[in-house]
Amino acid sequence: MSLTEQEYADLEKEVNVDDIDFSDLEEKYTVDVGLDNYVVVDGAPIAPESKVPVLIKVLKKIFSEVGEIVEGDDGIHMPLEGGKSKGYLFVQFKTNEMAERAIKELNGKKLDLKHRLLVNRLSDIEKFGVDGNVADEFQEPELPPFESHGYLKSWLQDEQGRDQFGLHFAETFGVYWNKKKLDPEPVIEPRKAFTSKYAKFSPKGTYLFSIHPQGVQSWGGSDFSSIHKYVHNQVRLVDFSPNEKYMVTLSPVPITLPEGTGDRSSFPFGPESEGHKLVIWDLATGEPARTFALPPHLEGQKEMPWPLVKWSHDDKYCARQGPGALAIYETPSFQLLDGKLVRIDEIVDFEWAPAGVHLTNSKVEGGEHVLSYWTPESTNQTARVALMQIPSRQVLRTVNLFQVSDCKMHWQSEGKLLCVKVDRHTKSGKTIFTNLEFFKLSEKDIPVEKLELKEIVVNFAWEPKSERFITISRLDDGNLNSAIPKNTVSFYAPETTGKGKTATTSFKVFHTFTNKHSNTVFWSPKGRYVVVATISRSNGEIDFIDCSFDDDKSSKKSPANIKLLKTERYSGMTNLEWDPSGRFVAGWSSSWLSNIENGYRLYEFSGVQLRDELVDQFKEFIWRARPASLLNGADKKKVRANLREYSAQFEEVDAMEADARVREAILARRRALEEWRSYRAKFAGKVRKSNNVQAETIEEIKEEIFEEKEEIVE
Amino acid sequence: MRPIKLMGHERSLTQVKYNREGDLLFSVAKDNAASIWYSSNGERLGTLEGHQGVIWSIDVDPESYLCATGGGDLAIKLWKVENGQCLFTWESPSPVRRVAFSPDGTKLLAIADQVMGHIGTIVVYDLNLDDLSNQNLQPSVIIETHPDSSKANVAGWSADGAFIIAGLDNGFVAKYDSSNGELLDTAQAHGIHNEEKIFSITDIQFAPEDGSYFITSSKDKCATLIDVETFEILKVYKADAPMNTAAITSVKDFVILGGGQEARNVTTTAESQGKFEARFYHKIFEEEIGRVKGHFGPLNTIAVHPDGLGYSSGGEDGFIRVHTFDKSYFDFLFDAERTEKAAASGNI
Repeated sequence: MSLTEQEYADLEKEVNVDDIDFSDLEEKYTVDVGLDNYVVVDGAPIAPESKVPVLIKVLKKIFSEVGEIVEGDDGIHMPLEGGKSKGYLFVQFKTNEMAERAIKELNGKKLDLKHRLLVNRLSDIEKFGVDGNVADEFQEPELPPFESHGYLKSWLQDEQGRDQFGLHFAETFGVYWNKKKLDPEPVIEPRKAFTSKYAKFSPKGTYLFSIHPQGVQSWGGSDFSSIHKYVHNQVRLVDFSPNEKYMVTLSPVPITLPEGTGDRSSFPFGPESEGHKLVIWDLATGEPARTFALPPHLEGQKEMPWPLVKWSHDDKYCARQGPGALAIYETPSFQLLDGKLVRIDEIVDFEWAPAGVHLTNSKVEGGEHVLSYWTPESTNQTARVALMQIPSRQVLRTVNLFQVSDCKMHWQSEGKLLCVKVDRHTKSGKTIFTNLEFFKLSEKDIPVEKLELKEIVVNFAWEPKSERFITISRLDDGNLNSAIPKNTVSFYAPETTGKGKTATTSFKVFHTFTNKHSNTVFWSPKGRYVVVATISRSNGEIDFIDCSFDDDKSSKKSPANIKLLKTERYSGMTNLEWDPSGRFVAGWSSSWLSNIENGYRLYEFSGVQLRDELVDQFKEFIWRARPASLLNGADKKKVRANLREYSAQFEEVDAMEADARVREAILARRRALEEWRSYRAKFAGKVRKSNNVQAETIEEIKEEIFEEKEEIVE
Repeated sequence: MRPIKLMGHERSLTQVKYNREGDLLFSVAKDNAASIWYSSNGERLGTLEGHQGVIWSIDVDPESYLCATGGGDLAIKLWKVENGQCLFTWESPSPVRRVAFSPDGTKLLAIADQVMGHIGTIVVYDLNLDDLSNQNLQPSVIIETHPDSSKANVAGWSADGAFIIAGLDNGFVAKYDSSNGELLDTAQAHGIHNEEKIFSITDIQFAPEDGSYFITSSKDKCATLIDVETFEILKVYKADAPMNTAAITSVKDFVILGGGQEARNVTTTAESQGKFEARFYHKIFEEEIGRVKGHFGPLNTIAVHPDGLGYSSGGEDGFIRVHTFDKSYFDFLFDAERTEKAAASGNI
């Protein structure tokens, strides 16, 4: 609405200015009193008047380092009383920013042994120091109304027990039901620009996370509605505690508090988090539980070791590794265990036992918390692998090792065994070979079995909930030609010799595949089946192997009966993953790693290929994880006994669905054909305008040689 | 049948074209001589020499009497097929991307690229058929790149010669009145089927039966079939690599797409992964039927024999492969087509 001058003048006559309520405008444009460049310094020494100029000089020097102080007497004002200073003073900086910096850097500064400076903003003192501005009584904060996100585990109630997976292609992310051979059925409409980097399911599949420049967003429920926002600027890496209680995020950008106090109240971090990059979040509340600065040796590193925070199996403890020490924190307080670090000189790496460890002398239900770590050789010390019990910090077992190049710790999924893969070098340091050290934690005094190999083990994998394992090894003979297949895949199982008390078990090779390119091992999450794959740029191969073949039929049980079920070639493959139920294997070629044949393939556990989809700019295939089964052993046995009846029922459903799909496809083609014919029929009437090319038809003579003989005439 | 491999060019092929009868095959490449071949046995009839750089495009008139080429040396040349004599040369303000004779052979269309400060034009020359070596220097129609749109990469004539249809760099197709250059219709053909960022149109070819619809190929890994009259997208064929060329077969309801990974990435990948195959799709069902291997670089151009007996493909690798279809190709039918055929013959 615009008024002409005349109209405005008329209007002014009608309306009395005093009647207008300007309070909203006044509120909006309140004038800043301009005290932001003043700081109040408390905790200064109380000095006699004679010494005050000296003290001012000292303080002036300190404060000048962070900003320019206003010249003259206005710059620093130290009130006096009874010939003595009062221990506080006012400093006026030239700008607000300088004052801000003084608070940031000098608050808490130790002047000498007895005096610590407390630097605050003058306006803050006015705001909070005056009676009545801060309520004396605690006021209960208002609880936000409960918001339901539906049943977060609804997908587990699927009648056919299907699994869900996420497909990330181009900018789109969608969650689908696995329909085996058929097109996957979208659970929700695939969303464009769902995430700016990648998407992730939590370890038990309850939440789906998307990464954005502003932070992490969690989704859940049957329709994947938004649950929480975890504000962490430019977040890059995300990790979760095993029981989905906590989330760890890392951003290359340090946390900086927003300027305005209004923004600050909605900002999740307090001033103590300033400059920190690592955040642990409470997943349920969406609030940060603790923030950390990066350890100095990791600052500025390009490749970040991840996860930086490792969790005990029950989320009770988490630990971070620093130079020469481990920091173990108790949840939910996230305070250092016993208030101090665990000093371990030169610690290289550590791992928590993935489950409670049942030590022979302990009666703790659910098992003990144990972690393993190793330290390298130094001038007069051997390399060491040790097991430590938490919270007692008691070292349970140590093994000394020589000529160690590298160590990798592999815990068996139930925490019964720890295998330390020790890569050792010969005295000359030219060739490397591997020793496997097995810590048997469930036996008395934790005996260690040693397996000495001549080869270097490049890959090691325990079968879940079993004591069998697979290694991929290769002789380090200095020949670097990668075209020669020289990897050996070995299947090990424990074998008991002797009887009764003298019985000893040791690990023995039961089967090997030699001269392979294979470089990765993926056990089915349920055990027994395993895929051994070659993931490389030039060629890809997947071997599907049954490790207990014929066990169901033959009465004589062998610890390992290896049978290669099928070998599939997949040249563009960059990743491979079992579904959480151990029924399917997905392999995919991600455009992040390779730009050819992007897409995914789905196999049955036996190697039967179900789907082969080429998807443009395919990025990732993510199975939705499942929580542990609620069935006990007896229930599972019952299901297994009646497997035939169950499978018949499911097969029928499959067949019906497949039939319907085939019929649908044929009908669609018929429709398409009909449409095309009717489209073409429009042109049938119109005689094509012939161009009447004036060309005479010339008979073409084609010469064809039927046989050609060459004779040499002498 | 084994294809005939024509090894007459020294550099990557830019266009291959059959004459109306299909007995001759015309090819141009990034070297500076065009070639004419007997399509039946791959013998070279001769070369057309005179260009001083890349030749981007070639076309032959319906009588196989005249042949036109356009190249990067800013020249459009008119040749006599019979003896390879260069009859006339027009100068172009910028490299010539495409030349095409009108269906009646009286006009010649040429696209001057939008480079070197040139705005990008489609020009039409009225041919002086009485005195071939004395042509009009001035085009009869000039179509300039629309300021709100983008340049034309390829163009062709509708069956009756009334329209010029151009495939643009922004994935649109545009229809112009060939007599005065007036813009009649536009439609977005590419960049809408997926999330590819580059979707310039790379080829345009018309239906062999009556030219009432045409196919476009694009860098967005798709090809589309579009009706000339309504400018409606009839079909979309999706591939997994940028497409450089697309052709419609006669006799069978197929389309052939060619392309592959960008030439500059070729050296970094194995042949099996480069997608250097000719892809056959069913024209009506949009389903991929098969692929023909052979080239070891991306396919730049495909032409189908006018009688549907075979096709030729020219690749970045510098070879032309002339294929003849086997019996199994002609026998192949989809379930729905078999039913239709059976119904037509009265067996059902």
